[in-house]
Amino acid sequence: MFEYFLTNKNNWLSAKGPESEIVFSSRVRLARNLEGFLFASKASSAQKKEILSKMQSIYKDIEKLKGSAFVKRGDISDIDGQFLLERHLVSRELIAESKNNKGIIISNDERISIMVNEEDHLRMQVMASGFDLKNCWRILNEIDNDLSRKVKFSFSSDLGYLTACPTNVGTGFRASCMLHLPALVFTKRINKILELLARISFTTRGLFGEGTQALGNFFQISNQVSLGLSEEELIDNLIGVVNQIKDQEIDARDTLVKKFKLNLEDNIWRALGLLRNSRLITTKEALGHLSTLSLGLDLGIIKGSDFSVSEDGKGLINSLFIIIQPAHLQKIESKSLKGAQRDYVRSEILRKKLGGKDV
Amino acid sequence: MLCDICHKNPATVHLTEIVNDKVVEMHVCEACAQTKAQEINEQLSISDFLGGLLDIGEKKTKEQVLRCPSCGLSYADFKKKGRLGCANCYATFKHFLTPLLKKIHSATRHVGKTPATIEKVVPQASDEIEQLKKALERAIKTEEYEEAAKLRDKIKELEKKQNQKKKK
Repeated sequence: MFEYFLTNKNNWLSAKGPESEIVFSSRVRLARNLEGFLFASKASSAQKKEILSKMQSIYKDIEKLKGSAFVKRGDISDIDGQFLLERHLVSRELIAESKNNKGIIISNDERISIMVNEEDHLRMQVMASGFDLKNCWRILNEIDNDLSRKVKFSFSSDLGYLTACPTNVGTGFRASCMLHLPALVFTKRINKILELLARISFTTRGLFGEGTQALGNFFQISNQVSLGLSEEELIDNLIGVVNQIKDQEIDARDTLVKKFKLNLEDNIWRALGLLRNSRLITTKEALGHLSTLSLGLDLGIIKGSDFSVSEDGKGLINSLFIIIQPAHLQKIESKSLKGAQRDYVRSEILRKKLGGKDV
Repeated sequence: MLCDICHKNPATVHLTEIVNDKVVEMHVCEACAQTKAQEINEQLSISDFLGGLLDIGEKKTKEQVLRCPSCGLSYADFKKKGRLGCANCYATFKHFLTPLLKKIHSATRHVGKTPATIEKVVPQASDEIEQLKKALERAIKTEEYEEAAKLRDKIKELEKKQNQKKKK
């Protein structure tokens, strides 16, 4: 299932959007619950089933969801679930826990996804490549408006949209940006920035959201507040913060080029050497080297033609960030692979794609 | 610390019992705690006993017994899981949630979008009173006493209504 995603060229993962050198992608989401039903953790199977079939019958009438896929969690394998997680289309909670009465609606271009019966009845998200939050919100707002004419959401005039967790109440809104910050990590300035962010109520997470570490120097920054500010204000606040972090990263890159040029060049060419020659490589190690290589491309130290026949070196690296992950490898190979087998297959793909010698 | 009963496993459950008017502390492992629970009273289920253990040293406050009439969630359940059970929980636990919301969001009122089918939020009575009070001040300053008297009566009426609502 979902094999066609592997050939999607211009989705949010392509990193071709505005300012995508540092801001890899943008995402907005809304949490909504249907009036007259208990929240997902307390709702009976019958209630959840009713919500799921309601969504199945109305999603096609929503303009932006035309042509989207509707799948029940119970109908997809665990590898397919993990595959969707690696593409940021579902959450760990949707995949990991009970499979009953959960559903996913995903648009063909992967920009829109709606999880049914996760923590809230509906978790709707819109993603875009690069720094493009306002555009994401325009689309999500339209979907939300269209849906609210079909189903009645739990809403109070005081507290706004009511959600299972009080951290989402009010707007039910969360905006986030995935930032690639290798220079801030190399210059060790990142910790100070993360501390400051926490103090002004912004959350930082790793590549795969809640509770994950910052692999490949990717950091997901989002607003923590959902009540007392409008959706537009929340977006403006995040844009302001992301712009500042971006400036800091640019500054750190300047420092690296001016003061540590040779070390930087050494790191970048070594990264390419390892990616081209390894025979066993873990996701974590590969993501680290790809991050370094990506920085090398941004700074013009290395060119796409240095490691690939295609000129679009950046596009290649960005696609590798995704396809070397465990479930992607297994989809590409169309079979289940154990840890060490995956490390070998991963090294093989990297060698082939980056002009290394094959066995 | 090892279990006071079996002296083998680490003690993870700490009991405080009153025996003959004296406080006796016991430190036992989970397995022994369960055996002890069975011994103590057949009428008392293990879950009651172990549930009770969690509350030792802590009085059962209103917060823990309060249950949402719609979904049956208790505030203690919410504190454990961090998830509310239904929309009505917000009204049931309002007293405890308001300070929590202040802490998380530094706000307690929604100002964002409203559902397409529901009408715009109408200003609350308290906002109206504030505005009337300002108008009253202005009226006094400009010596429009007749207008001021009217405003005063209107404010009194609204405040009376609000107080009645609160009592309910």
